[in-house]
Amino acid sequence: MMELQAILMAAGGGSRMMDLTYNTPKPLLPVGNKPLIWYPLNLLERVGFEEVIVITTRDVQKMISTDPRMKLDVKMKLDVVCIQEEADMGTADALRHIQQKIKTDVLVVSCDLITDVALHEVVDLFRAHNATLSMLMSKAHEFTETVPGQKGKKKNGEQRDFVGVDGTGKRLLYMANEADLDQGLVIRKSIMKKHPRMHIKTGLVDAHLYCLKKSVVDFLADNKSISSIRGELVPYLVRKQFSKSTNSPKIKDEADQNLKGKDVSVNPEIQIWFRDEKLLQLSQERSCWNDHRGDMGEAYHGGRLRCYVHIMEEGMCYRVNTLAAYIEANRLAPKLFEEHAIHPSAVISERYLIGADSIIGASCQIADKTSIKRSTIGMSAVVREKVKVTNSIIMHGVTIEEGCNIQGSVICSGAVISRGADIKYCLVGSGQRIDPEAVRTNEVIVGTDQLMEI
Amino acid sequence: MADCGEANGPERKNEIVRAKNEEKELTKEEKQRLRKEKKQQKKQKEKKDDKGSSEKSGREKTLDPLSASQVLSTQSPTQKVPASAPIPVPPSGAPSHSSGAPSHSSSGAPSPADKPAKSKAELKAERRARQEADRASKQQGSSSSSKTKAPASDLNPVVKRLPEHVQVDDPAVVKRLAKKLERQQIPLRSDYGYKVSLFSHLHQYSRKAPLTQLLSIPSSVIHPSIVRLGLQYSQGIVTGSNARSVALLHAFKQVIMDYSTPPNEELSRDLVNKLKPYISFLNQCRPLSASMGNAIKYIKKEISNIPSQYKEEEAKTKLLECIDKYIDEKVVLAAKAISKYAIEKISDGDVILVYGCSSLVNHILCEAFDKNRKFRVIVVDSRPRLEGREALRRLVQIGISCTYVLISALSYVLPEVSKVFLGAHALLANGYVMSRVGTSQIALVARAFNVPVLVCCETYKFCERVQTDSFVSNELDDPDELMVTRKGKTQLEDWHDLSTLGLLNLVYDVTPPDFVDLVITDLGMIPCTSVPVVLRVKNVDQ
Repeated sequence: MMELQAILMAAGGGSRMMDLTYNTPKPLLPVGNKPLIWYPLNLLERVGFEEVIVITTRDVQKMISTDPRMKLDVKMKLDVVCIQEEADMGTADALRHIQQKIKTDVLVVSCDLITDVALHEVVDLFRAHNATLSMLMSKAHEFTETVPGQKGKKKNGEQRDFVGVDGTGKRLLYMANEADLDQGLVIRKSIMKKHPRMHIKTGLVDAHLYCLKKSVVDFLADNKSISSIRGELVPYLVRKQFSKSTNSPKIKDEADQNLKGKDVSVNPEIQIWFRDEKLLQLSQERSCWNDHRGDMGEAYHGGRLRCYVHIMEEGMCYRVNTLAAYIEANRLAPKLFEEHAIHPSAVISERYLIGADSIIGASCQIADKTSIKRSTIGMSAVVREKVKVTNSIIMHGVTIEEGCNIQGSVICSGAVISRGADIKYCLVGSGQRIDPEAVRTNEVIVGTDQLMEI
Repeated sequence: MADCGEANGPERKNEIVRAKNEEKELTKEEKQRLRKEKKQQKKQKEKKDDKGSSEKSGREKTLDPLSASQVLSTQSPTQKVPASAPIPVPPSGAPSHSSGAPSHSSSGAPSPADKPAKSKAELKAERRARQEADRASKQQGSSSSSKTKAPASDLNPVVKRLPEHVQVDDPAVVKRLAKKLERQQIPLRSDYGYKVSLFSHLHQYSRKAPLTQLLSIPSSVIHPSIVRLGLQYSQGIVTGSNARSVALLHAFKQVIMDYSTPPNEELSRDLVNKLKPYISFLNQCRPLSASMGNAIKYIKKEISNIPSQYKEEEAKTKLLECIDKYIDEKVVLAAKAISKYAIEKISDGDVILVYGCSSLVNHILCEAFDKNRKFRVIVVDSRPRLEGREALRRLVQIGISCTYVLISALSYVLPEVSKVFLGAHALLANGYVMSRVGTSQIALVARAFNVPVLVCCETYKFCERVQTDSFVSNELDDPDELMVTRKGKTQLEDWHDLSTLGLLNLVYDVTPPDFVDLVITDLGMIPCTSVPVVLRVKNVDQ
């Protein structure tokens, strides 16, 4: 009897870092010389999953199977489900698409999550409290690296998330995005009556890792209006915890009627109730445990729909969906796996200076008198003499000719940096060629055809 | 003959003691050796009986007539003592012994009529002679110990097996447990923190290190509902003897529903083997309670009794029905029956004292209130669990007027209390009541104030264990629960660094039957000492 099915959502476009993703799909962006999709797959494999359903686009699937550079050395069985890129499916739509494959509770992971969380913390909340939803969040860390192409101070374009938790910090009481709120936070009286102490946090990063009950997937199949898990489903479930219909005793009759009449708009809580059998009720009655004290309410206030969150205080948790996050992840992701910083097949000449924080990919050629500090060099890159690379990310197949100086930049795959160029805080797109002796600072260099694609 | 009997006695004793200490490695060969030696000794005795029967009868008569009369007069009462004292000795031994004694005190030599009867009678006679010689030589009453040991060693030596969970300080036992868990693919939970030396033979786990962090996440070895149950046990979400058994049976129902017999296997045998690792897992999460143990025994019996011609679906439905029936009878109906009896004992104007949160006692009080009895309740609570708050909430919710005190105020409130109602975790075979720590204190102080103490307990919580103190077998909870944070400061935060400080968080204690006036069970209201009778009746029924 399977307990959880893992679903990896890898169909996202990376809309906030188009410069990086116009040639390489987001799941295959190299982070620490491994494709981005490797990190959540590694997390699932380490924890003990044996099968994963990967939802992605056809291009990604093709690239995974054909491109030798994208070799994913995972031992799990990957069941790849392709969806049309043009269909513009949200994550909830994707779940609805694979509803037939889902036989039990699901663990939904996003492909851009890099974390070393102890996954049992999230799943234990899901198990112990028989929760409908259990998710992972982390304290956001400030990005310290300079982002190439950023003109001026970083605009706080990101809308804040308001997350309300109870005294223990585990039960999720309130979730709203600043964009949805007109003037202020509106908290219903029913919530305040049941949980008079609520901590509202704003500096949290949502890791997009959700444990959902199977009844939620069935509910999604019936309610086609919900298209995004994060944007719509999660706030809906958090709100429904305290709605009157969940807690009224009339649910039993409704449940019977619904089952007989095959009513389509069945609420998830009714389906959930039906599984809470007589024995579980008896056991809960006889147990002398309560999740709160100070009022006359029974455990969980009799609510059958419960949402929990595990907030990581320490540890790594990044979502690589912006350029700044990508750079930060490249810096820190290598700590997740203990591989040799310098790949054994790299050809490195004698007089080189490679700092401890650097990673050299397979089949690289590093010539004399180069200095590589705090950087990542991708596979099959060619670095000629007297090159100085600091704080940069060099993707696969890049050629850097003699005498270049690259600092704080991202050079995408296949680019060529000609002799003597001085690149500071730039983003060089795929296949671009930088002229010799060019001096570029704080620019985004992409091809003209890409500029048209907006 | 008396000498070689004596030599045999202590030698056999030593061997038994040695065997007990090494009983972990008591292999088949050793057991066979023991059996052979027993047989040989019996043969020796018979031979010597034949030889010395005439001598023996002569010897008895040659005893000093004065000492003989003394011996004879003191013999009959003292002979009864060894009959009652060695309880673990098989009951067949005791009655035959006591029946043998009066016959010997009346007649002198045994009649050498039939061979087998003669050998038994000879054995008894020579034993009696040995005892007389002991008494005559020592001339004190303290030889009863050798007397009891001597007959015990002649009868079948009972090698008691100590349960594994009370031998944590023995590395051989721990290694065996680790091997067994490895075979069943269940992770071993490691002990946490410094254990007080008196309790170092028990496990002590930390709540912050659940067993699930060592399991794979979609748990394949252990059924998901069992993992959920284990997690709920270890985090204290399901507490209370009744709740734990009901939750356990619910989880077993899920297991049975998802079970499918592998080919070439029989459901009755394979399902029981499937349940074994689950039970070990639950034991690792939290030691099993007596009620859970009884429920597991019942389930295993039901599974093994499934006739082989049943198809899988039929068998599964039958098992699910059995589980439902068990819970209905033993928990729900028992609670109704107990409330019926208990309500007779509650009169108007009573002040009832309850301790902690016992689901049964709460049920009784709610029923009594529904039947319009006028009483008020004093709820006594204790740290660190503070379960009385939950009991208080349930009672106040339906309208009973309650007072809430901590256990330190017990002697102040007792003068106004008219009865004490206590719940039990288990009732032991010698009449002791095993319950939440603090219960024996309440019973003791109530006895001092002459307040009647009534224990309410369903019969499925009766267990055959015998325990007279709270040290030998108990449960150690997480010691960090004793830490309290007030105004942001936790005083005991660094207790690990102090080598001389140990925190002890006991869960259970045993109350002697002298402090309990009445036990209310679904079979009626019985005194505490009648528990073995109930157990015997139950075993006969099953």
